Amino acid sequence: MTSVVTLHELRIREEIDIVHVRQTVREVAVSVGFSLVEQTKLVTAASELARNTLKHGRGGTAQVELEKHDGSTVVRLVFRDEGPGIPDTELALTDGYSSAGGLGLGLSGARRLADEFDLHTTPGEGTTVSVGFRAGRAAT
Amino acid sequence: MIAGTNQTVRDGLTEFLKIRRGDIERAWAATPVFTSKRPADAAEECAELLSGIRQVIETGTEEDPSADGFSAVRTVLGSLASRSAGGPSGSDRPDVTVLKAPLLRLWGEQGHDEDVTNAGALALSTAINTLRIAVLEIELSAGADTILSQRQQLTELSTPVIKLWDGILAIPLIGTLDSSRGQAATEALLQQIVAQQARVAILDITGVTAVDTLVAQHLLKTAMAARLMGAECVISGIRPQIAQTMVQLGIDLGEVATRATLADAFSHALRKIGMAITRSDNEPGR
Repeated sequence: MTSVVTLHELRIREEIDIVHVRQTVREVAVSVGFSLVEQTKLVTAASELARNTLKHGRGGTAQVELEKHDGSTVVRLVFRDEGPGIPDTELALTDGYSSAGGLGLGLSGARRLADEFDLHTTPGEGTTVSVGFRAGRAAT
Repeated sequence: MIAGTNQTVRDGLTEFLKIRRGDIERAWAATPVFTSKRPADAAEECAELLSGIRQVIETGTEEDPSADGFSAVRTVLGSLASRSAGGPSGSDRPDVTVLKAPLLRLWGEQGHDEDVTNAGALALSTAINTLRIAVLEIELSAGADTILSQRQQLTELSTPVIKLWDGILAIPLIGTLDSSRGQAATEALLQQIVAQQARVAILDITGVTAVDTLVAQHLLKTAMAARLMGAECVISGIRPQIAQTMVQLGIDLGEVATRATLADAFSHALRKIGMAITRSDNEPGR
């Protein structure tokens, strides 16, 4: 049995919304029993992706979903924007490459932090990034 | 409707509010809005409120919450608003609509024509309703002011630069380090490095909930700026979960020294300035 529940749908329009996303995600992580390390990874990835949505996608939404598969729980975050899209995803996922003067680790780092990572982008139409975090996974 | 409140009615109301002033004030002072106040204060506030109501009735501005009559009683409204904001929420809140019933009862006793009585009651009701809107507006703006001042306080609170020793500064970073707060912290630290001729600056992130790439970049930039000014930066308070997350994120703090605790960072800093902490031979009991 798999059930998917959307817990929150948040708008990302300005800097303060990123804080809101982080707080919401942390609350969810605590409520489903994530360990401290898992919480920190989830919150950090959420922070990176929310900031990308704001900076590169000119704002968008963050959706927090809870998936239950036979006994295991996955927290999924879906970030959507209708910005310019990513022309070269390979390049965007390269460590150290940044088009905005950052460290260039946000997107690639979020992929490493997450258990599941999915990126869809269409130039001129927008980008959707989805990350999944499983509870109780052995630390890597 | 209100425009139809003719001059006869207005004159009647003004006359009524003047003649029955004492009765109205006494009736109001007995309502839940004022019973929690000292009688003298309540009487004074009722009088001010009533003169405000009389003014809006006289000038026909009882529909406008920003009318002169209502702004004249702003202090009274403010004290009502703060009392309801501070008090229990919901039905226990003093609500100025309770002022309406005694007012209308006394007006009904005046014995005017039915038409005049009805039109007058309508105007008085409107005035009290508008008064209520004015109270709500004050409550809302007070809330917005509170939020603004708290935000400013937070920005300042997050940036105390502490002198640990001659030449050693520490800055404990707390909570969320977003642009404005991070910027304020950096500025405060760099200024103090100059002012106190510091050689070592410790950035303690024990209170930071998550270190993402922006925070890391901010720490690196601060350390770089400090180094340009001749001070070494040490980052302390990196908790296990944050260390693990930073590694996976791929953050490399490079040449910036890091320590697990503020104590470790402090002893590192002391060594840097040629000092050391040793056990005293004069310790009692030795």
